[in-house]
Amino acid sequence: MRTGGVRATARITARGDGRGGTELPVLEGEGPLAPRRTRGSGAQARVVLVGAMSGPLGGDHLTVHVRAATGARLLVGSAAATIALPGQAKGDARYDVRLTVEDGAELHWLPEQLISARGSELRVVTRVEAAPTARLVLREEQVLGRVGEEPGRLTSRLALRIGGRTVLDQELACGPGAPGGWDGPAVLDGHRAVGQLLLVRPEFAEAPVGARPVAEGAVLVPLAGPAALVTATAPDARLLRRALDAALSALG
Amino acid sequence: MHLDHSLPLPAPAVGADAHRPGGARRALRVGLGGPVGSGKTATVAALCRVLRDELSLAVVTNDIYTREDAEFLLREAVLPPERITAVETGACPHTAIRDDISANLEAVEDLEDAVGPLDLVLVESGGDNLTATFSRGLVDAQIFVIDVAGGDDIPRKGGPGVTTADLLVVNKTDLAPYVGSDLARMAADAKAARAELPVVLQSLRSEEGVRDVADWIRARVAAWTA
Amino acid sequence: MSRAALLVLADGRFPAGGHAHSGGAEEAVRTGRITDAASLESFCRGRLHTAGLVAAALAAAAALGCDPAALDAAADARTPSPALRTAARRLGRQLMRAARATWPGLELDAVAREFPRGVHQPVVLGLAARAAGLGAADAAHCAVYESVGGPATATVRLLSLDPFDATAVLARLAPEMDRTADTAVSAAHRVRKGGPDELPAASAPLLEIGAEAHAARPVRLFAS
Repeated sequence: MRTGGVRATARITARGDGRGGTELPVLEGEGPLAPRRTRGSGAQARVVLVGAMSGPLGGDHLTVHVRAATGARLLVGSAAATIALPGQAKGDARYDVRLTVEDGAELHWLPEQLISARGSELRVVTRVEAAPTARLVLREEQVLGRVGEEPGRLTSRLALRIGGRTVLDQELACGPGAPGGWDGPAVLDGHRAVGQLLLVRPEFAEAPVGARPVAEGAVLVPLAGPAALVTATAPDARLLRRALDAALSALG
Repeated sequence: MHLDHSLPLPAPAVGADAHRPGGARRALRVGLGGPVGSGKTATVAALCRVLRDELSLAVVTNDIYTREDAEFLLREAVLPPERITAVETGACPHTAIRDDISANLEAVEDLEDAVGPLDLVLVESGGDNLTATFSRGLVDAQIFVIDVAGGDDIPRKGGPGVTTADLLVVNKTDLAPYVGSDLARMAADAKAARAELPVVLQSLRSEEGVRDVADWIRARVAAWTA
Repeated sequence: MSRAALLVLADGRFPAGGHAHSGGAEEAVRTGRITDAASLESFCRGRLHTAGLVAAALAAAAALGCDPAALDAAADARTPSPALRTAARRLGRQLMRAARATWPGLELDAVAREFPRGVHQPVVLGLAARAAGLGAADAAHCAVYESVGGPATATVRLLSLDPFDATAVLARLAPEMDRTADTAVSAAHRVRKGGPDELPAASAPLLEIGAEAHAARPVRLFAS
């Protein structure tokens, strides 16, 4: 019988194995967070977070640590969408993601959507620490409510530091109880899916991307550092994914 | 010719100071204002063609819709593109040249930084009404451009532009017979409204073109750099 | 503090370039997101709690004497749209010019010298408040008011909206502006101890997306 909700942490560490491949010296999870190694491609190791479906509920506090050490090529995905649900325990659920990408490493963080179900209260914080020569592809998708459902309260913060310098820090708050105007014409305007694609590449320092629309409701911009961001809003999850996929392929 | 350009304000925060941060004399700034369609942009284009070989000059436009006038000047290739800048005015062109000149001052200074040193910067206002005038914090002298087709009673009606501009240009004199405007009356009314201040009647289609205005500007530049 | 000095700084006629910016309202009008006083109010409320809150916290932190360079970098991180970063720095330069002429002082001169390309406008707003003898709460109030006053004024021009309706929108938002300014000031005090990561990072996806679409348009009335 839990009173304060579930506390669970998953840890994934990848590093170059010295033979052109990637090994996973740390791959551990607990409770609803179970990382599984799956078949990779080439030098890239792949990990899927299984079982995320069951949480987080109110009062839960889930944490994922991913570290891509020098030489690692790592892709982390999830087996299914994560659904934030109301729980028995009091208070918000928290979902903390800490991604560390060291020099010469590459991380693709491509989880499935986060769905904010009616009555849920979730705070997601994703913090990325990238070294100056690290490479990153990160996708975040928030879906406000299951089909035809009002959303819960969702606060999602995404912060990126490159070489210790904060290059991106953004927080989106939506759903009942969020500060006013979140569904109005300045913020989401009725869109039920919102997402970001964040890319870190050392070569962006010399040759930043040009700001441009990359799909319906999606714009690519250069950040104030060697990184690029796609911000997209869409009527639903499927159209959002289509826009972000188009953006990613446009970036090569 | 009297030039009142030495207002004692702290440099380099404000525009009326006659020197650049480095101590060099900045360019003379001449504003061109006047109603929509009176021929401001055509006059600026003609001035650029006549003066560009003898003076280092640049142009700031204050389009009502961004870049329309700047695009015209670029298309006509009267100056290299880096010497033409457009300022957005938020649907209030008179505000940008009179009440809040900060964007225009930025534009003028950016031009001097980018392509300077300059002898002359022409600041063209967005077409507005008869009351629009340039702040003395932005320009050292201003030209007000009206045209005969706008009605030959405009000089008589007056207004700050007509009565106080350093130079009044009555443009499109070639159209006077077609629109029933009485040039002699316009000239007499302008003189009455402006006392000693000069008036030029011009047709850019004539052989003289923008000559008189260009001469007036040359004299201003000479006095500025003296 | 001088209440009258606050009015001078907060006045929409303060010559610092704000009149040529719509705060995203022009793009929202063009794409049909703002059509009347009700949608203007919703737009302003959303902007207040996102860009307005961040601007107010930056201004308050600058007014408290936090490092302008660190605040400027934090503003960059909270402004993904390069069009908005450019607009914010340009407005920062314009406000710096006006503030130095209005309240001459060594601190403003030093920042102007150190950053010739300008710093984000809210940071300059906080420094201007200091120069005017005002405090963090004053700077925050100026910033939140600007965050909604600009779009409201622009919408009056863009939609020929009844100016009384637009002003009533601002009046209805006043209690939320006060609360947002309070939140911003609290954050600014945390920044003084914990650094700029303590600043709020509230974002508005459609303001960011719309700013880039607006910047790419060949014909527009407002600079942003």
